Amino acid sequence: MSRYLLPLAAAFALTSFAAIAQEPQKGGEAIIVFKDDFDSMDPAIGYTVQSWTPIKAVFDGLMDYKPGTSELEPDLAESFEISPDGKTYTFKLRQGVKFHNGREMKAADIKYSIERVCNAATQSPGAGYFTGIPGCQDMLDGKATEMSGITTPDDYTVVFQLTEPNATMLHVFALNFSFAVPKEVAEEFGQDFTHHAVGTGAYKMTEYSPGQQIVLERNPDWNRDGRPYIDKYILQFGVEPTVGVLRVQKNEADILGEIFPPAKYLEVSQDASLKDRFVTAGQLNTNYMTMNFNIKPFDDLRVRQAVNMAVNKQRLVQVLNNRGTVTGQVLPPAMAGFDPQYQGYPYDPEKAKALLAEAGLGDGFTTEIYFQNVDPWPRMAQSIQQDLAAVGIKAELRGLDLAAFIGTASKPDVPPMTLTEWYADFPDPSNFYTAILGCSGAVEGGYNWSFYCNKEIDDRTKAADAIADPARAAERIGEWRKIMADIMDKDAAWVPLFNPNRYSLRSERLQGAPEMFSDIISQPFPFDAVWIKQ
Amino acid sequence: MPAYLARRLVQSALILLGVSIITFLLLHFLPADPARMVAGRTASAAQVEQVRQQLGLDQPIWTQYGRYLWKLVQGDLGRSYLQRTQVTELIAARLPATALLMLGAILCELLIGVTLGAFAAARRGTAADQAVMVGALVFVSTPQFVIALTLLYVFAYWLGWFPIGGFGDFKHLVLPAVTLGLLGGGWYARVTRSSVIEVLRQDFVRTARAKGLDRWRIVLVHVLPNAALPVIAMIGIDIGYFMSGIVVVESVFGWPGIGQLTWQAIQQIDIPIIMGVTLVSACAIVLGNLIADLVAPFIDPRIKLR
Repeated sequence: MSRYLLPLAAAFALTSFAAIAQEPQKGGEAIIVFKDDFDSMDPAIGYTVQSWTPIKAVFDGLMDYKPGTSELEPDLAESFEISPDGKTYTFKLRQGVKFHNGREMKAADIKYSIERVCNAATQSPGAGYFTGIPGCQDMLDGKATEMSGITTPDDYTVVFQLTEPNATMLHVFALNFSFAVPKEVAEEFGQDFTHHAVGTGAYKMTEYSPGQQIVLERNPDWNRDGRPYIDKYILQFGVEPTVGVLRVQKNEADILGEIFPPAKYLEVSQDASLKDRFVTAGQLNTNYMTMNFNIKPFDDLRVRQAVNMAVNKQRLVQVLNNRGTVTGQVLPPAMAGFDPQYQGYPYDPEKAKALLAEAGLGDGFTTEIYFQNVDPWPRMAQSIQQDLAAVGIKAELRGLDLAAFIGTASKPDVPPMTLTEWYADFPDPSNFYTAILGCSGAVEGGYNWSFYCNKEIDDRTKAADAIADPARAAERIGEWRKIMADIMDKDAAWVPLFNPNRYSLRSERLQGAPEMFSDIISQPFPFDAVWIKQ
Repeated sequence: MPAYLARRLVQSALILLGVSIITFLLLHFLPADPARMVAGRTASAAQVEQVRQQLGLDQPIWTQYGRYLWKLVQGDLGRSYLQRTQVTELIAARLPATALLMLGAILCELLIGVTLGAFAAARRGTAADQAVMVGALVFVSTPQFVIALTLLYVFAYWLGWFPIGGFGDFKHLVLPAVTLGLLGGGWYARVTRSSVIEVLRQDFVRTARAKGLDRWRIVLVHVLPNAALPVIAMIGIDIGYFMSGIVVVESVFGWPGIGQLTWQAIQQIDIPIIMGVTLVSACAIVLGNLIADLVAPFIDPRIKLR
């Protein structure tokens, strides 16, 4: 066996040598183009794919992910300890870390930053992540001005005391919402902090021109193993994605900060001259169809299973030029807990008809599918409509604009079926459950549009998330895998459709390890981990 | 004149009030819930309710409108739901680019339209006249994005003479301004042509001809100034039109004007911004027309403002 392995190893060594030969270079500037203005550069507010990574460049949190991986490591923290009962998290902070205004970042800043998110006046969309820390809910309700669950025994120690053990807490401490902001600047500018963002991160924000551009410049005080490399990032707004692709092709811009425009996909992916600059990657996203448990006949398991078997997902993905991978499960492949062996319900229209007949719907029934009326959703809806018609289900299509769609889909008795997708905020299976499959999300205004609520499953997820000891992570993920299989096998709560790919095209001069351009945490890439060929 | 101006200003204020009421009502009846958008997807129903109260969205609609109007007269357009920043600041940031593009576009329209129109009128009935008029019709009826994308591909992407969109120096302005000039120039050509033809029939033109003046001198010196009035009126309308934003051209060329802001806000149902840009557009249109009316007597002394 070793005989075969040796040449392979040699070949591998050669390729890695070639990679090493390309040492990262310091300096240069990169231009990233975006279609619309950012929602915000304030880490308590910004909550879109576009602003998420730039915020990470300007701010830091207690935890972070190793660039190009979903592996957690301490960042502003030097080390941390979790108590055996999983309820107490003690962080020792790095000393000498400075905010961009020159002041040293201390334990009180960590406490303030999270209290700011829980402060009702901030209206942070991330507050829900901290309600497990005593005092957050009280602050949201206006009953407290600080959080009793966060203490700072000294300038470099922060202690979090949770009400219940929570295995996802380290991910929460790596979320943008827990990033450190200096109190004096945040209070001076209030809601305009986004235009005056000051953090501890690898880049300082030196310009914010609404509608035009944001300029980020390298923070000379920030160093993680020689990173960051690029001196300056210019984030330009108002660039149509198709025009943005032209600019990247001509090296007038370095990469798109947006989802790659579908209209350009075929042309660019088949252009041999762009092969080295075009990357296909996964993302923490599943596209799926909900079936409302409150609305007949979807209260019947057999009907939900029949719909699962009626949809031809292979053709659906073909309709989208194969820009994704067919799936039968809830979790996307890049997520811990994804089961590569799990197949889910097969495409079997005959079996689907038999199940419908068994449920007393041999003559079929009429229903509605709600979706967002921008490409590719209407095309997907039409494809599914045909599949359902083949088994006798007549589905009327209801396309709405995004805001109206969300408003309608979240009404418990309105949408029989919706076509939608979910992006996880962090790489943990619980982030693919609570809001979209858990009982707490199955309310008006929630995101569980199947209005699926299985108390037993809910309890099992809570038990799994109580396993906070990192040493037992594998056991916990195993339990999640079983939960996700049961949700499909026993309840058929969704029709999982496919996992969309993410594509990125970069300029000739923008360099970096391939995994940086397929990073699932930071899109289009971690700002501190790539460089410009001079 | 002062009485006329006062009356027109009161009229304008009433128009703007009407626009604000209609927009406010229409946006209110959208099936979207701003409180939920602000509160985010991790928020509980109670948190959403709290945000609704903070935004004052739990109040009856007339109270909400009253509050809006009260802030409006103080120059406060509220804060964007999504960006949380002042709408006035967002709009102000877009105005220079919009004004610059407007100037460039009107200049191109005049250059293209008046030249061709005067030429066609002078050569009335000839093949040249017909060619110009058909050409004008073609450009007027071409969709904006076709011309915009064609110019972008040819002159920026292939030839590389201009940057591929963006905002900055004079080079960035050329393609979007020319696009709008080609699109609008056709209208100016038609208006100029018919106006010039009408003036050409006047007695003083016959006199000039009788004096033995050169044909082009007649057209340039004697006819054009007298034929300018409809063109001025069109410029007035154009100011309003351009200041309210040119969505397609701004999008294609990545021009950071009002049109882009409007389009973004509509897609995101960012109601304070939609309200703000609608009012600014309405102001621009009202003002543009007012300016055209006020300038008219200076061009043609026979016009009196009452």
